[in-house]
Amino acid sequence: MLGIIASIIDGVLVGSVYGLAAMGLTLIWGVMNVVNLTHGAAIVAGMFALYLLTGGLGLEPYAALLPILIGGFLAGVGLYWIAVYRLIGRPPLMTLLSTFAVNLVIVGLGTAVWGTGLFNVPVSLPGVTWQRYTFSGTHIVAAVLTAVIAALLYLFLYHTRLGKAVRAVANNREAAELAGIPTTRVLALSFGLGVALAGAAGMLIATMFPFTVLAGDAYQLKSFVVTALGGLGNPAGALLGGVALGLVEGFAAQFMPVSWTLVIEFVLFVAVLIVFPRGVFAFRRT
Amino acid sequence: MIKARWLFAAAAIVLAPPAFAADDDTLTIGMTLSQTGPLNIDSLAQQRGAELWRDQVNDGGGIKAGDAHYKVRFVSYDDQSQGGRVQQLYTRLIVQDKAQFLFSPYSSGLCATAAVITEQYGKPMLITGGAEPKTYTLGNKYLVQVLSSADHYLTGAINALEAKAPHAKVAFVYSDDPFSKAVTLAAREQAKESGFTIVLDESYAPSTTDFSPIINKIISSSADALLGGGHYADGATLARQLYDQKADLKYVSLLVAPDSPEFASLGPAAFGITVPSQWEIQATYKPQFGPTGPEFVKAFEEKFKAPPDYHAATGYAGGALLQHAIEQASSIDADKVVAALNGMDVTTFFGHFRIATDPGHHGLQIGHEMVLAQWQKRNDQLQREVVWPKPAQTADLLYPLH
Repeated sequence: MLGIIASIIDGVLVGSVYGLAAMGLTLIWGVMNVVNLTHGAAIVAGMFALYLLTGGLGLEPYAALLPILIGGFLAGVGLYWIAVYRLIGRPPLMTLLSTFAVNLVIVGLGTAVWGTGLFNVPVSLPGVTWQRYTFSGTHIVAAVLTAVIAALLYLFLYHTRLGKAVRAVANNREAAELAGIPTTRVLALSFGLGVALAGAAGMLIATMFPFTVLAGDAYQLKSFVVTALGGLGNPAGALLGGVALGLVEGFAAQFMPVSWTLVIEFVLFVAVLIVFPRGVFAFRRT
Repeated sequence: MIKARWLFAAAAIVLAPPAFAADDDTLTIGMTLSQTGPLNIDSLAQQRGAELWRDQVNDGGGIKAGDAHYKVRFVSYDDQSQGGRVQQLYTRLIVQDKAQFLFSPYSSGLCATAAVITEQYGKPMLITGGAEPKTYTLGNKYLVQVLSSADHYLTGAINALEAKAPHAKVAFVYSDDPFSKAVTLAAREQAKESGFTIVLDESYAPSTTDFSPIINKIISSSADALLGGGHYADGATLARQLYDQKADLKYVSLLVAPDSPEFASLGPAAFGITVPSQWEIQATYKPQFGPTGPEFVKAFEEKFKAPPDYHAATGYAGGALLQHAIEQASSIDADKVVAALNGMDVTTFFGHFRIATDPGHHGLQIGHEMVLAQWQKRNDQLQREVVWPKPAQTADLLYPLH
């Protein structure tokens, strides 16, 4: 019983980071109806940014969060102008293919530079021990930082002029344009925010687990499941979806072979798409 | 007119010679490499071992077969760590590139896939990267396994544990792939015969990124020892999380991952982890031909500026054994070379080599023995020490870990 409770808590901690990653994906979808397939590459970029900033520049691991958020934002804005801008308003398949191609380029370059070997960022943080079970310090800090980033995103979207512009464009781009909102810049900003969130999630994941250049695929897949749970275009739902996914992973693994966890996740994915096509946590579109 | 040009172009493509035309005094060896994809690390080591052998052979004048001398030429393609690519590429290596002999890709799954093609064309393939034994029960005639098969992987780990804790409670946690399952299938029986209590027996998907739920299960099972793992990424992640979550195990033996030098990057999480190994730098076999262990290590380090692991040693040994068989057969005829390999009972720097020749197991390695290595600290630096079997020991097994 204690093991089950420990796994559920662990699942919630790790799941919140899945939620942070999915927030980036769902924000981009919500604002510009683009399925960003560079999402996995952005997560991996966050991992390697942490590796380089801590290993190369000697930064403390968590001090790398702000530079990674800023770098991710700038890279995302650049990516928007390179791969997405000209395709806005075209059939969704065009942006899907465009971002997929950029993803292949980034992963290919990463493989050429670093190979597919494992990288590890040593983070020494004391964990919290309860009975025989220890909750890793990195998991706890990652969950706390995720909550802080999510709260800041909420404040930005609901209490700043720019954030309201993002929501206005998400609701109706033509109407927002008629109201004088520079929608192209808002779209670029949103893409930058989405990539920054993915990079931050990658950075937090890299404090918890070793990683490779190819690690992004697994987290991108999880982001899709989380996005379906939370509702497309709903960042708050994505965070809840992530926590729910982590909880399912932790809970299910206690009652069945762990190799079944993936099956459960995707059964859940299909079931949610059928029963709640707008997402379980889609209270309303932001 | 345009149609005629297209026909001409098509004919030119069809009739064009292979990209690398072989001379009569050149021996073409084909292989696929996992230059991209998750098997990249181990495949690269295997490739480097084979390349070192090739360069040394060519520098020494080639392979002698009767009166002829053959220079060795490799033709290789990136299989992207995917079985689907392997079938296409081994067909291409044989049909288009005219490879006379083949080296295997890395990993049991890819080897089994490649074997379907090489057997179909009757081309000998030296398996230097696949330990799963089932392939050898399918009536194949041209496969030759260089390394110990999967059912012997954890034998040393179990024997070493039995010497320290005859009544240990053991958890098996392993990747859901053909190699790891084959290893665990045999190890489970050995553990029962040794009198251990198996308190947990679970596989996990190879793509697993978070092992927290599994580790909590291990803790709940009150296991003394953990045996299992899979390949590099999952094994290293499991080791790191065992440390982070203070799993408090007395003994951990993981497949493959801890054998790579990069495993040391896990720092304290690497300490004490044992790994069944096909070969270690400290091995002191007396070779009947080819380099000694220290000579191989020195040449490898000079060429690649990094120490060899067992994948590199296997890659080199595959070449050395093929060379010896060709020299014994005095021919490069596939059937004669396989017959020579069937009859070989030899020792190289990599250890003993002898394969089963009965039709039900042809090609299965039955001579080679594995060692058990453990990450220990020497002069405050993490390094692997051979801890089992006793005659090969370079250090005592650290038990319990904490």
